[in-house]
Amino acid sequence: MKRIDCLRAIYGDIADCAVVTIMGAVAVELYSLGHRANFFYLEHAMGLASSLGLGIALAQPDRRVVVVDGDGSVLMNLGGLTTLARYAPPNLTHLVFDNESLLSVGGFPTATSTGSDLTGIAVAAGIPNATTVTDLDGFTAAARAALAADELRLVTAKVEAVGPTSFAMDLHLLENRFEFARALRT
Amino acid sequence: MPVSAGNSKLVYEALLGVGVEVMTALPETWLVHLIRLAEDDPAMTLVRLAKEEEGVGISTGVHLAGKRSALLMQNHGMLQSVNGIVSCAQLYKIPLLMLISDRGHLGERDPWQTEGGKVTRRVLDALGIVHVELSAPEAVASTVAKAMTLAQASLSPVALLLTRDLMWEEPALVAELVDTSVPADRMGGAP
Repeated sequence: MKRIDCLRAIYGDIADCAVVTIMGAVAVELYSLGHRANFFYLEHAMGLASSLGLGIALAQPDRRVVVVDGDGSVLMNLGGLTTLARYAPPNLTHLVFDNESLLSVGGFPTATSTGSDLTGIAVAAGIPNATTVTDLDGFTAAARAALAADELRLVTAKVEAVGPTSFAMDLHLLENRFEFARALRT
Repeated sequence: MPVSAGNSKLVYEALLGVGVEVMTALPETWLVHLIRLAEDDPAMTLVRLAKEEEGVGISTGVHLAGKRSALLMQNHGMLQSVNGIVSCAQLYKIPLLMLISDRGHLGERDPWQTEGGKVTRRVLDALGIVHVELSAPEAVASTVAKAMTLAQASLSPVALLLTRDLMWEEPALVAELVDTSVPADRMGGAP
């Protein structure tokens, strides 16, 4: 399963959501499908995408928030899973693409390559509705169900460690930041 | 516990006065009353953090969503959060209001607080973050208001250092300090 195919499968479903992605391949691939004002690519601060999504979800409980995370980033902020679980915003969906590597910086393996189970960690952190999917149909169904659910859910998608050929995006991070904030405030 | 309940209330009311609706916090002794005030206030969203850097991310999200927040933490929490402050709040121009308990400065008896106390201001200076001490109770409301105004206008983090003079009521301090019956390496109190 490729991440880009997963993103393509739910691209229509997240059209009206506040979407926060991590940096690197995820951001570039979502951007390549077509940028929207309500898409925010956190181009640094690894680990904080889920915290940022929690802040949006708490501030705007009527808006669906989607955090598109990765194994390397989640591993950098495992404590954040306990905070997410604690406040469990029902309008937040946490999608984690687990390619078992730090793909954007050389492909070095992360701890999920040696057995660390992000869904298991999430469940143990207090997010009972967490699931792992390994094929595109499974991802699409789980992600759509999570987006429609009135509860915090986490979906770990095991994907191939492949990404875009270029990480260039014709969108300055501050342009993205101000455009996103404006989209959230209208 | 000689943490000043009255001055904690002044700080809390000042935060309400500048429109803070979300408070992210990791407890430490000096912040207990402030956090309890937030906890007891149905109008305040209190987010208890596992680690302080999360608060930078949460405050960023809250700001982008159009609301105001404050991050409460010990100075060691600020030191822990440096990458988040730089790579999220500063990179993305976020008006992050930080209230930082100023541990390890003059009068500190806990040895474990003292290294952080020595570097807190210099780290903030190195980061280019405007920082001001909150010491005099009568100046709390206006200083908090001016700090929030600057944060919003500059779209940058601003740090308010909650000093011992403001947060800790310790009438016996001078007497204790000259009490030589306690060996210096045995001093310490609540963390």
